[in-house]
Amino acid sequence: MTRPRRERVPAALGLLAGLGAAFFILPLAGLLARAPWGDALTALSAPETLEALRLSLVASLTATAVSLLLGVPLAWVYARVEFPGRNLLRALTTLPMVLPPVVGGIALLLAFGRRGLLGMLLERGFGITLPFTTAGVVMAETFVSMPFLVLTVEAGLRSLDSRYEEAARTLGAGRWTVLGRVTLPLIAPSLFAGAVLSWARALGEFGATITFAGNFPGRTQTMPLAVYLLLESRPEASFILSLVLLAVSLAVLVGLRDRWLGSP
Amino acid sequence: MRRFFLLALAAVSACGSVPAPVSPDKAGGDLSVFAAASLTEAFKAAGTGFKAAHPGSNPTFNFAGTPTLLTQLLQGAGADVFASADQPNMQKAVDAKLVAGAPRVFATNKLEIVVGAGNPKHISGLADLARADVLYITEAPDVPAAKYAAQALAAAGVKPAPRSLEADVKGVVSKVALGEADAGIVYVTDVRAARGRVSGVAIPDAQNPRAGYLVAEVRAAHNPYAARAFIDYLLSAGGQQALQGFGFTPP
Amino acid sequence: MSLAAEVGLQLGRLRLDVSLAAGGAEVVALLGPNGAGKTTFLRALAGLVPLDAGRVELDGVTFEDPVRRVFVPTERRPIGVVFQDYLLFPHLSVLDNVAFGLRSRGTGRKTADGRARDWLERLDLAAYATARPDSLSGGQRQRVALARALATDPRLLLLDEPLAALDASTRAEVRRDLKRHLASFEGIRLLVTHDPLEAIALADRLVVLESGTVTQSGTPAEVTARPRSQYVADLVGVNLFRGAAAGGVLSLAGGGLLAVADAAAGDVFAVVHPRAVAVHRQRPEGSPRNVWRGRAEGVELAGDRARVRVSGEISLVAEVTPAAVAELALAAGGEVWISVKATEVAVYPA
Repeated sequence: MTRPRRERVPAALGLLAGLGAAFFILPLAGLLARAPWGDALTALSAPETLEALRLSLVASLTATAVSLLLGVPLAWVYARVEFPGRNLLRALTTLPMVLPPVVGGIALLLAFGRRGLLGMLLERGFGITLPFTTAGVVMAETFVSMPFLVLTVEAGLRSLDSRYEEAARTLGAGRWTVLGRVTLPLIAPSLFAGAVLSWARALGEFGATITFAGNFPGRTQTMPLAVYLLLESRPEASFILSLVLLAVSLAVLVGLRDRWLGSP
Repeated sequence: MRRFFLLALAAVSACGSVPAPVSPDKAGGDLSVFAAASLTEAFKAAGTGFKAAHPGSNPTFNFAGTPTLLTQLLQGAGADVFASADQPNMQKAVDAKLVAGAPRVFATNKLEIVVGAGNPKHISGLADLARADVLYITEAPDVPAAKYAAQALAAAGVKPAPRSLEADVKGVVSKVALGEADAGIVYVTDVRAARGRVSGVAIPDAQNPRAGYLVAEVRAAHNPYAARAFIDYLLSAGGQQALQGFGFTPP
Repeated sequence: MSLAAEVGLQLGRLRLDVSLAAGGAEVVALLGPNGAGKTTFLRALAGLVPLDAGRVELDGVTFEDPVRRVFVPTERRPIGVVFQDYLLFPHLSVLDNVAFGLRSRGTGRKTADGRARDWLERLDLAAYATARPDSLSGGQRQRVALARALATDPRLLLLDEPLAALDASTRAEVRRDLKRHLASFEGIRLLVTHDPLEAIALADRLVVLESGTVTQSGTPAEVTARPRSQYVADLVGVNLFRGAAAGGVLSLAGGGLLAVADAAAGDVFAVVHPRAVAVHRQRPEGSPRNVWRGRAEGVELAGDRARVRVSGEISLVAEVTPAAVAELALAAGGEVWISVKATEVAVYPA
């Protein structure tokens, strides 16, 4: 009785697994099939495309740099410092991963907008407004992408043998030397994986950006925004741009696979 | 019921070339209406009226920017009725043979300057949109409202520099309501829908293009009877009353 | 040159209470079973575990004194530590590992690299300067760890189980080298081990640590000659008893009387070497004053001798020839008679 059942299960699993894979592959195949390859060069070399691509790269790389600057210390605190409310704080700072990005954009407006909690002070005190600026794009992208870096680096720090840091201290290394010459180099794979993941997330960011930073070519119109708006006027061009985004993301994920799975 | 039907008949015949009127009993069942985002509140009300006029009918709505709706239809989305906010997008649908019969104008809309509640920047006309202390935003170029806004600005001889090109009219209204932007050009109906959170500044008729809303039956409609009945209802006195309740003007 | 440490601390279930003084002339080995607190003690000296009570002083400078709220952090203590599994930095070359301490203490790259190279030279590692630690053999890694710890000229060198990570085939050679290098180092040398052979081979003085307290200390010869705990007695392989001595008779704490040839009095330890224990099937005739009945519980062969565990009024281990095992049919167990000459019982004050 048990034998035939045992033989049947892998087949059913295989079928479901195949369906699961097809569910992801078919939309991509559709994009590939419907893309007007003949117009690809024209669509890609259009000034507004290049402008959006440039802005996307600048903003996403800046967002990644900001994520590293603020996210690594945050991950360090989560991994090394015990304090009441740590889990709650971690959950709060991880929220953007599951929050609809538009909600994130609204939240950013309410905090950093002209009438926001802090934004009001910024405008009155320093004349700084963040919505509708490239800085606003960077903020929106950082908001949604930094959690990826924080979680990855925290995991790396937790799996690091902290006795290496003790060994460094017995050799006379102070806090910063230990951090710079031992801790960070040892968690380099996690740092790299976290940075690339958060960069990829920033590159694809749409909802928070359009909500918080609006849409203006050359200033706040990133690739995903251009794709979305082109879909209405020139769908073919938007297919091509979608493929560019897709190729970048795929390259990142394939390149990252080994490091991600084999992270220390 | 009979009275409504007569009214509808009258309205329809007044408009000239029309498909044969349908009997109310055949208009029941599910009805899928794809409508421009600016019609959201008005069509919800019209849907209630339609249901009352056609017991057993069940209209459902998909509201989005007109170009988005057009893309969805081109990709084969199942719809019975398509209501566009402008002529060019409807023409694209006609050219793609997506709709049956000639599209019909069922309402018009006018533009208005949307400003923060109480008009804190004291904007009195289109010329003020170019003021340095006014943060002006508009819609992306392919959104119908943006085209009308461009016509209005051209007529007034004003060239304001927008800070953002929002994906749709609602984006402009919400950013003005939040105080992030000072002004934008949207439909009268949008200002009315957001009354309390924003104020409107009228644009003189001479500079104000009339935006015609067109409706058509989708060729691949699952429920063509209901589709025609809904279009008829929009053009009827009851339908027109519902639309005008939200600031739309007659065709 | 002197280290004076009184370490009192609680870490989980371990309660450590150790007082230890060491000078520069000797290599001190802290010997004890696993879990006795040896590594914790070392970490406390390094400042990696804070003291609850006590004091750590090196050459008259206080590193730590909880009462006076003195605490010199690890990185400012002039120490060198060789960790059990070496903890060489896997992302740095051998040279950079050895130069790490100097660089951390502010020496310029050129000078640090030069001195690191000298150390590699001294430890026969010059050929591996650019290698990564994971490409080295266990013995080489141990030498790199030693070079890294010594490169900063520490005044206190701490070694935690320096040979434990090596396989048996290389251990003897590495131990010989280590002894040589330890001899040439001028600071205070303290090593921790659970291996008595290692302790005896490397150290001039043993400190036996059990369950967080020192049970015995002295030269290897003193410690092995006069065990003061069951742990040391087991390491040395002798029968250890404790009791009250009076008039040539010892009343054992576990019951039973033992005649001794010593005039000692009061609380004493007594050691009987297993070879001095005679086993008989019949009650022996003649002079031995210590004769009692027991039961043979098990026989173990150790080289050309057999060790027989005998339980009775006084339980002990006897060492006999394999021939005797056969002759007396000891493997089958059963009742036996034990005799020990009073002159074979070594007695010393507890």
